[in-house]
Amino acid sequence: MSSTRTAVRTHWVAVRAMLIFTAVLGVAYTLVVTGIGQVVLPAQANGSVVRSGDEVVGSALIGQSFTDASGEPLPEWFQPRPSAAGDGYGGGASSGSNQGPENADLIAAIEERKAQVAEFNGVSEADVPADAVTASASGLDPHISPEYALLQVARVADERGLPESEVRELVESRIQARDLGYLGEPTVNVLQLNLALSELG
Amino acid sequence: MDALFAVMQAATLALILALLYRPLGDYMARLYTSDRDWKFERGLYRLIGVDPRSEQSWPAYLRGVLAFSVVGLLFVYVLQRAQAVLPYSLGLPAVPEGLSFNTAASFVANTNWQSYSPELTMGYTVQLAGLAVQNFVSAAVGIAVAVALVRGFARRNSGTIGNFWVDLFRGAFRLLLPLSVIGAIVLLIGGVVQNFNGFTEVTTLAGNTQNLPGGPVASQEVIKLLGTNGGGFFNANSAHPFENPTAWTSLFQNVLMLAIPFALPRTFGRMVGSNKQGYAILAVMATLYLISLFALSALESGGNGTAPELAGGALEGKEARFGIFGSTLFGTTSTLTSTGAVNSMHDSFTALGGMMPMLNMMLGEVAPGGVGSGLYGMLVLAIIAVFIAGLLVGRTPEYLGKKIGPREIKLASLYILVTPTLVLVGTALSFAIPGIREDVESVSIWNPGIHGMSEVLYAFTSASNNNGSAFAGLTANTPWFNTALGVAMLLGRFIPIVLVLALAGSLAAQDKVPATAGTLPTHRPQFVGLLVGVTVIVTALTYFPVLTLGPLAEGLN
Repeated sequence: MSSTRTAVRTHWVAVRAMLIFTAVLGVAYTLVVTGIGQVVLPAQANGSVVRSGDEVVGSALIGQSFTDASGEPLPEWFQPRPSAAGDGYGGGASSGSNQGPENADLIAAIEERKAQVAEFNGVSEADVPADAVTASASGLDPHISPEYALLQVARVADERGLPESEVRELVESRIQARDLGYLGEPTVNVLQLNLALSELG
Repeated sequence: MDALFAVMQAATLALILALLYRPLGDYMARLYTSDRDWKFERGLYRLIGVDPRSEQSWPAYLRGVLAFSVVGLLFVYVLQRAQAVLPYSLGLPAVPEGLSFNTAASFVANTNWQSYSPELTMGYTVQLAGLAVQNFVSAAVGIAVAVALVRGFARRNSGTIGNFWVDLFRGAFRLLLPLSVIGAIVLLIGGVVQNFNGFTEVTTLAGNTQNLPGGPVASQEVIKLLGTNGGGFFNANSAHPFENPTAWTSLFQNVLMLAIPFALPRTFGRMVGSNKQGYAILAVMATLYLISLFALSALESGGNGTAPELAGGALEGKEARFGIFGSTLFGTTSTLTSTGAVNSMHDSFTALGGMMPMLNMMLGEVAPGGVGSGLYGMLVLAIIAVFIAGLLVGRTPEYLGKKIGPREIKLASLYILVTPTLVLVGTALSFAIPGIREDVESVSIWNPGIHGMSEVLYAFTSASNNNGSAFAGLTANTPWFNTALGVAMLLGRFIPIVLVLALAGSLAAQDKVPATAGTLPTHRPQFVGLLVGVTVIVTALTYFPVLTLGPLAEGLN
């Protein structure tokens, strides 16, 4: 009898403790951090949105597709990496392909992408960098490698009737160095590059 | 050049952790030994009805842990089932029963295995009132149990090992909460979002539509890592740019995961009255960590396998901003702690590279392990190590002045049997039960062949060791996996806790024996080497056969 009473008492203590934790750690803490974010760092807290003129066209942190209605890549835009999120860069469906190193579908996809990227840019398959033919972990990778960006310069310049040197300069000015000079990899943000490109004409 | 940058990144991480070791470890030691309660804490203790100055025997302490966890399980379950009527649910329906059980078990057991895709399943209220709260309190429970075990070593002729409720509240409010607020602000600066905006539809530059997600992410992200929980706000976890936007936030996330587990040996050393004992445990953890990090980084940079060789590098499932080393560093940290967060997709690692996260978890997550669980796991292995040393020289083993007798060895041996049993039995049953085998093979497994077997092995390894990472191609939202993994997570968490608290009680009751010339010194490199060896050999003997069926077969083919 007394052990039942002890057990009931202990659970009742636990329920009250859980209510306190929910109020403080679930609700109050979240609201305080939200308040700090919205007041002090509103740009970041709301998703680092990027505008073209007055229109929000996306987030600087989230990759997006540059394809036509049927999903074909548009040659006048720099192209991002392949994506496994939804139909490609689906903002509500972040995901990698999760295909293993010996997965036949992945091997076929890489072969196909390699041929497509080479033909699309008029280069040999050996020059296609790895990030151009592999899907990222999130499916929302906003970046490509500087190599992949530079590979696309001739095609984009040609499509837009711009001098190649001008587009190359634009890409080079947009290469983000490693954080602090040694963390991570050098990258190019595709949306921001394309935005700058559209302002070029 | 890449190798140099990798070494510099690892050295930066090591330096930050080294700077945190003493202040954070000492802070925790004071926190858990002080008999002074803050004023608001006294109010809270009155509110819940406990006397903060009363000490508990180990069964009473255990009752507190279990009652609190059962209540947490019910809370999270009910919140999910009631999602349809909760505010800020983004129009999402109630979470189905099986998945609700799995998720509740997962977050209460500090595992954060996710059978679901959060964007499509969990509204904001469930995330913050259910999941984020468990991220705090399940971590505080883990540290409390570790501290109780340390008290067992520190005390003599004592019938008690502390007060669970005091340890729980102090861990949550004095340790995790303030660090989380600071960490959340750092993540916000880096670009992690924190809002209640839901999804925003935008027209992209090329004229397509894209749904940008929102949510109170930064507040949850920080405790997901600091409490070695690992459950992402988004499906892609720390690979999602809104959870982990830059290379430096990724390094910061490594710091968050490792800060408390690597500082706890200091707390241990302080509490048992010898900082050298803490350094010895730290050295074992750091040695195993560095070996594992080097191996995974070498394997992924090597990029062996058909797909990586064809692509020109193992970049499938890795983010451009992190690169290979940013991914292997995070993967190593995440699976050697009990976090299970990912910033790259382990399922797409090279075959032998993908074995490393599995091996990390199979070590029992002790290098440095989850918050609390890493320290108590390592101390159990230390008991095994002094026992083996005692057998070799024919003396009664002792550790920190406590005799390691039959009762202690029985408890420690049972401890190291629990998770391997769950992993191997769970994996075997998935393929042995006829009806379930078909379901596993046709519905759950994503990659065909040997790699598919690795997905199942990874799932049970992750669940039983309370890690939570996955070979995420596996469709785990099925009746079999939701149930079996849910049970594995609960047993993998709470059976070891029962054994550790029993051990704590048994040690606390002993007097201390004075060290003699025949006592094995446990603060010297010799013992560090012995303990590293014991940890590796126990794991290798247990898991080598099953690894040959999975990643070894795939990688050496």
